[in-house]
Amino acid sequence: MFAPRTEFLYGVRDELPILVGVIPFGLIYGVLALSSGIAPTPAQAMSSIVFAGSAQFTTTQLVGHGTPALVIVLTAAIVNLRHALYSASVAPYLQELKPAWKWLLAYLLTDEAYAVSISHYRNPDNSLPGPEVAGNKHWYFLGAGLALWSTWQLSTAAGLFIGAQVPASWSLDFTLALTFIALVVPYLRDRPSLAAALAAGVTAVLTYGLPFKLGLVLAALVGILAGVWLEGSK
Amino acid sequence: MTLWLTIIAAGLITFAIRLSFILLWGRVDIPLWLQRSLRFVPPAVLTAIIFPELFLPSGSLNLSLGNARLIAGILAGLVAWRTRNIILTILVGMGVLLLLQSI
Repeated sequence: MFAPRTEFLYGVRDELPILVGVIPFGLIYGVLALSSGIAPTPAQAMSSIVFAGSAQFTTTQLVGHGTPALVIVLTAAIVNLRHALYSASVAPYLQELKPAWKWLLAYLLTDEAYAVSISHYRNPDNSLPGPEVAGNKHWYFLGAGLALWSTWQLSTAAGLFIGAQVPASWSLDFTLALTFIALVVPYLRDRPSLAAALAAGVTAVLTYGLPFKLGLVLAALVGILAGVWLEGSK
Repeated sequence: MTLWLTIIAAGLITFAIRLSFILLWGRVDIPLWLQRSLRFVPPAVLTAIIFPELFLPSGSLNLSLGNARLIAGILAGLVAWRTRNIILTILVGMGVLLLLQSI
């Protein structure tokens, strides 16, 4: 078990590669918000209050089209449904924490913070996971979460002030997919996990046209079912 | 004013979704099948995010050798599998992508 400070710094360190891919998205969000007629203050506030990239993009688009508020809020909820899966997935590891910690980490539970934190909790390379060894790993989660949070706020602000400056030809957005590739590979060590990944991936490609990231939610559910089914049939 | 209320409502709902199971765990009986299925969440979700990035680089299915992101992603996957090194995976993936794009 590592000291809180060490865990925190490991969390920040492991989040760094992801941040390279997040910055272009923050910049684009800032630019998009302005062009949709949202003033800088509420645009920046959305990054701290909602703090969810894809939901912010859809909200911005819908605001630009004059969509009723209720529809916008419901859409944001649907886009963020996948976070319920993350919540259930990290829940066993957070049970010993005080409520303030649970609330704080829930606020920081994004795709990017989840991806590195669950890998740290599960440590798929040694098969000795479990809530009993959670130790100080909530500090790791906090480090990863805060690193992402500050980057998101700063890149939003940069987008609002200077516009999108990173040329698309640099393809920096691809670093996000590459980081996820590095994170997913250690999980693929038994047939049910492999089946879960493949089923989810194929479903995500087939359902990509669905609105509001519903394809992603559907793909995750199909993948989980495939894994459970294969595990049960052994 | 409506915009601010929209932002706050969207934020509250997002937060409630993220907090849901973290808060319910231990207070409500979570069925065993649900607990067992949770170990498949990371591989399923991560792959569901990765695959469209590789196979649908411009919004439509592209399985050709001209799909630089697919080639770069496969090579990066091999590096990740052999080395378990995140930084090396990203460097190789970005290197291959930029190289293919410059040809």
